[in-house]
Amino acid sequence: MRRLRLPFLLIRLTVVLSLLMGCRAEELSPAAEGTVVPAYGDTLIMGTIGDASNLLPPLASDASSTAITSLVYNGLVRYDKDLQIEGDLAQSWDISADGREITFHLRRDVRWHDGAPFTSADVLFTYQLMIDPATPTAYAEQYRQVSKAEAPDPYTFRVRYDKPLAAALPSWALDICPKHLLEGQDVTTSPLCRAPVGTGPFRFISWQPGEMIVLERNEDYYEGAAYLRRVLYRVIPDSTTMFLELQSGGLDTMGLTPLQFARQTETPAFGRRFNKYRYPAFAYTYLGYNLRKPLFQDKRVRQAISHAIDKQELIDGVLLGLGQPANGPYVPGSWPHNPQVKDYAFDPARAAALLEEAGWIDRDGDGVRERDGKPLRFVILTNQGNDQRIKAGEIIQRRLAEVGMDVRLRVIEWASFLKEFIYPGKFDATLLGWTVPIDPDGYNVWHSSKTGPGELNIIGFNNARVDALLEQGRRSLDQDRRQQIYWQLQEILAEEVPYTFLFVPDSLPVVARRFHGIEQAPAGIQHNLIRWFVPQAQQRYLR
Amino acid sequence: MLFYLTRRLLLMVPLLLGITLISFVVIHLAPGEPTDLQTEMNPEAGTELKERLRAQYGLDQPLLVQYAVWVKRLVRLDFGTSFSQDRRPVWDKIVERLPVTILINLLSIGLILLVAIPLGILSALRRHRLFDRLTTLLVFVGFATPSFWLSLLLMDHFGVYLGWFPVSGIKSLGHAYLGPVEQWLDVAHHLVLPVLVSAFGGLAGFSRYMRSNMLEVIGQDYILTARAKGLSERLVVLRHALRNALLPLITLLGLSVPGLIGGSVIFESIFAIPGMGKLFYDGVMMRDYPLIMGILVIGAFLTLLGNLLADVGYALADPRIRQS
Repeated sequence: MRRLRLPFLLIRLTVVLSLLMGCRAEELSPAAEGTVVPAYGDTLIMGTIGDASNLLPPLASDASSTAITSLVYNGLVRYDKDLQIEGDLAQSWDISADGREITFHLRRDVRWHDGAPFTSADVLFTYQLMIDPATPTAYAEQYRQVSKAEAPDPYTFRVRYDKPLAAALPSWALDICPKHLLEGQDVTTSPLCRAPVGTGPFRFISWQPGEMIVLERNEDYYEGAAYLRRVLYRVIPDSTTMFLELQSGGLDTMGLTPLQFARQTETPAFGRRFNKYRYPAFAYTYLGYNLRKPLFQDKRVRQAISHAIDKQELIDGVLLGLGQPANGPYVPGSWPHNPQVKDYAFDPARAAALLEEAGWIDRDGDGVRERDGKPLRFVILTNQGNDQRIKAGEIIQRRLAEVGMDVRLRVIEWASFLKEFIYPGKFDATLLGWTVPIDPDGYNVWHSSKTGPGELNIIGFNNARVDALLEQGRRSLDQDRRQQIYWQLQEILAEEVPYTFLFVPDSLPVVARRFHGIEQAPAGIQHNLIRWFVPQAQQRYLR
Repeated sequence: MLFYLTRRLLLMVPLLLGITLISFVVIHLAPGEPTDLQTEMNPEAGTELKERLRAQYGLDQPLLVQYAVWVKRLVRLDFGTSFSQDRRPVWDKIVERLPVTILINLLSIGLILLVAIPLGILSALRRHRLFDRLTTLLVFVGFATPSFWLSLLLMDHFGVYLGWFPVSGIKSLGHAYLGPVEQWLDVAHHLVLPVLVSAFGGLAGFSRYMRSNMLEVIGQDYILTARAKGLSERLVVLRHALRNALLPLITLLGLSVPGLIGGSVIFESIFAIPGMGKLFYDGVMMRDYPLIMGILVIGAFLTLLGNLLADVGYALADPRIRQS
């Protein structure tokens, strides 16, 4: 039961798992709707692996904290259930013809949880907070691109950029903070870090550190009050305990592991009490090649490895079939994903042929290919604490041995993994995962300027055409144009194989059956939390 | 005696400084920094941001300067502010976790003593008989059982299947609505499984120790004398043997003092108990230096204090020590 520190990647992954769920909607046990009458009341109890750390949005960067702040605060815009931008605190917005200026028209009927009216001054204040060097936030970068921000009247907010920026509009999904409670204070010691005051559908009630956080519905919410009276987050650090709590009735919802989903929840008794859901997560796992190493500078070697790996076998073995093959950095079914991109089918014969073409031949008959007297040997590095990656690594190791490669697998603690191996470029190949942001901009991962220590192009990928496409993609505001750009990007990546894309896992949430009104969409199930309800007769928590 | 105590207390100061210096250096040697959680693998975080965050935490200073700053604060009993996202005073974070940790540890030590002392005595008196062999087996099974495994089995059976005890946590959801007595009962109800599990693993040590002490004492001449006087076996065991056999336990209890604030991360994670073990573990994983150092200092202080208390307690209880 080692619960190792979840690396940042994983933490982001869980945010994505829990909040922004995928596309291939497949509701397994549809609840009979229509006959049940919505009713107010009852409590939804959720589990979280780690306690929240800070509930002031600019300072909240972990999954547990953002899960809470997303219910307590609103942005100017948000992603709807189909992952398209829609208005939130902004009723509408205009983008100037040159694409460099956005004018937001704010709602006039919004109040903070303490009763004060929400105005454009709060938005301007939040923007200033984000770019203030004294604010220790990791998300300031995109707000620095703003050349001018102003609030001409209480319900208008305008920002101007030097260049058109595709990510400009979505960046205003930023949670807006109350100026009247934060102005002139050191935000890092503000009481709002422990007791947030927002505009969202749920109000903060209490936080018992390490135990639970209690939220109650905001009766004055601009979209109408939520049906559920309370939402409660219980901190349960162990996923097995969480599963036992779910069964004993101490939790109403959690994300299942593939093993729990496939093997431990198939009983009729479980089905009578819970509904299971399944859709692709916004994340993928890949095998990345250090392109600075001579071995991997030959494209044919990378292609050969891709042909030697059986992705379906990985999905069946590691995810118990609960996932799908990946062939690019986007989730299948989302608009940036190119469905026609070249895929590397499992074909050991083709892999062997490619290796021979590249000069790697087993001359001494020991089962390992050589070239110029050097054996074809490398190490796959991955981080400790992620069993799926370790299992995938073992399966890949065996498949590569079959085509004459001597591959070792090394598992290293996360901090050393990054500092000693990945950032200094001291690795051959690495098994890692990325979460997929809703906006397809992959500049930080693929652009040749991002190969420095600590930057995210860890494999040293350098391709002039990809660089050009990435630059165009971030400057274009037209979705069709961007789709073309990112489809081309995927074609180049498929040909060049800097990564072998392995699989996209499924999100596997489960919710107690008494909750109705759940609607599964590309964004997952939580997008309409305020419309979830429990029929009067089935309510469990009356106060 | 007073002189002895003062000398011992003064000697603790350089010892504590040495411990903290070594801990400070070692913890900084580990790869990774507190800023990593915010900046690593985060496409939004630029190099300049990392430098700014490091400067905010004072991590850009040489290590010895950082240590000096830390010691200067410590002298004023200020443990500093946590480097984690919440930036709360380290002392507050420790204090809110202490009561439940101490409560569980006290209950579990109490339960261990309650069971282990009679077990040890009876085993010694029935040496190599069936009872002795069975208890030996039992306590070593307890010692060898992984606590997470036992916990999960108990939770599944008593929590999910029978529904007798709550699976995890220390309070019910409606705790705030209960009366004061019900609140205590509620907590007690939640603590049954955790205390049982943590005591089960600790039985072996104490009961074996008690058994060997008892065996040693039983063979002494004064026991022979007591028996020769015609005292009943009950009186011989309880008045003459037991008292002397209990003496070494004082040392053992003294050594358990630092354990009172320690918790096991595995155990606390499984039962979702917000205790010190989890706090320390998370602190280490996040490289939250002030928090780690705060807990280490308290732990080191309690260890030294426990040793002192054990020595003093032993002297008070045993005239032979006092005279020498």
